[in-house]
Amino acid sequence: MSPVYVVLNRELSSYFATPVAYIFIIIFLTLSGVFTFYLGHFFERGQADLSSFFNFIPWLYLVLVPSVAMRLWSEERRSGTIELLMTLPVTTMQLVLAKFLAAWLFIGLALLLTFPLWLTVNYLGDPDNGVILAGYLGAWLMAGGFLAIGSCLSALTKNQIIAFILTLVVCFVLVMSGFPIVQDVFSDWAPQWVVDGLSSLSFLTHFDAISRGVIDLRDIVYFVVLITAWLYATVLAINLKKAD
Amino acid sequence: MIHVSNLSKYFDEFCAVDQVSFSVNPGEVLGFLGPNGAGKSTTMKMLTGFLAPSSGNISIMGHDVLHDPVAVQRQIGYLPEGAPSYADMTVLASLKFIGKARGFFGHELDVRVEEIVNKVSLESVLNKRVETISKGYRRRLGLAQALIHDPKVLILDEPTDGLDPNQKHQVRELIRNLSADKIVIVSTHILEEVSAVCSRAMILAEGKIVFDGTPGELAAQSDFHNAVTIRLTKKNDTLIALLRELPSVRQVMIGEGDLMTVFPKGGEMILSDINQVLHREGCQVEELHVEVGRLDDVFRKITMTANPSERVA
Repeated sequence: MSPVYVVLNRELSSYFATPVAYIFIIIFLTLSGVFTFYLGHFFERGQADLSSFFNFIPWLYLVLVPSVAMRLWSEERRSGTIELLMTLPVTTMQLVLAKFLAAWLFIGLALLLTFPLWLTVNYLGDPDNGVILAGYLGAWLMAGGFLAIGSCLSALTKNQIIAFILTLVVCFVLVMSGFPIVQDVFSDWAPQWVVDGLSSLSFLTHFDAISRGVIDLRDIVYFVVLITAWLYATVLAINLKKAD
Repeated sequence: MIHVSNLSKYFDEFCAVDQVSFSVNPGEVLGFLGPNGAGKSTTMKMLTGFLAPSSGNISIMGHDVLHDPVAVQRQIGYLPEGAPSYADMTVLASLKFIGKARGFFGHELDVRVEEIVNKVSLESVLNKRVETISKGYRRRLGLAQALIHDPKVLILDEPTDGLDPNQKHQVRELIRNLSADKIVIVSTHILEEVSAVCSRAMILAEGKIVFDGTPGELAAQSDFHNAVTIRLTKKNDTLIALLRELPSVRQVMIGEGDLMTVFPKGGEMILSDINQVLHREGCQVEELHVEVGRLDDVFRKITMTANPSERVA
């Protein structure tokens, strides 16, 4: 068994050793229900799809994913276990990957547990299940993006609250950067390529495309590159800050 | 074999470890001594590959720590300062995690865990969560985590800190009973620990090595080394005068009560000379012993010379 698997396993079981995992899943499911049925007007729309669920996913993530990511490294640094972990015969890259994958699988599990929504829509109508599957894939990829950012920012501080707020702000900017309100701030003075670049950096632009059922390689690559870059930054952040 | 050459570590402008070089051979138990902030923990963290040195080289069992940290970490068992372990796991789960991360699985893992649990007596808390067990048990868990893969090199940062006297004794026994071909490096504040477990003592102050020798040689630097302490039934001024006239005696210090301490010139053995005088005078002696040397005196003397600013305070 590879060390990545061993560390991943420990991480995952530590989620469930405390009430954290259960509370997170319950809140995630409750909120996704509230968003889909009340704010998303699931019934009133009379459409056999889950777009009222997927439209709210980025906003749901904004609060909930940083709360999973904040403890990834801050907690290790605060309690000193980082020294125990990093003197095992395991590379920093493997540790970063293991912790990230554990959190990603955990969010994946929470996403899977929204299956009653899928059952409901299939019971009530005849949806395009391919589009729904694409929506779930997009939602999971986006969770990976949020988590990779959170992983890096959590490596920069011993304080989980700071890690939470930083992650929330950065993710908020990345979600919003596709919106006109953010574009306006830059369009006055920045060249057009900056404005375009900013919009193409947005989570929303890429997630919306995937969740409409259009699986474009560029959108997948966006998330893969985003995750890889932030995880690499995590390795750098750990090596920089672990001694403090 | 550990080989350290010109090792330095800077934290911003602050120099924590300054051009340190030393070697340790298998079978040696090296005690790291020094005041707080002398660079003991920082040096240990660099040996284990946790911290990267600012300059210098470390080779452990033929592997370079900078270039191949994983190969080095396979050979090392490390107890970090404060013995951290995951609070939300049980003792058994913690040990199994470390065992698996060290590459043991299935039957071998079970055997390793059982052996180490017996060795450090953790049986009674195996299924308790780490956050609920006492400091003594936590320290022992830390030791178990460091020892589970039977490492060739053992690095222990203050292994007995915060333990009660019985637990301290137990940990020292454990270190003494490790097989003779291991390298052990222990850091401590407690000087008696050095004479109890170490075959070699190294004192660090302000990031430099200010003493490197056997605990015996360390004691020999004390003013009290080979001094003779005498307690008579009653005070005898003639005796004091006679002792002061002895050619081998440097000084006679009159202590509290009827206690006096006779210091030799240049660390000579003076017991027989003193004995002759005592016999000739027919003195009644209540107590008579040769001092080995007071380690805390030596420690103060050595570390204060290295750091004169503190001496004033």
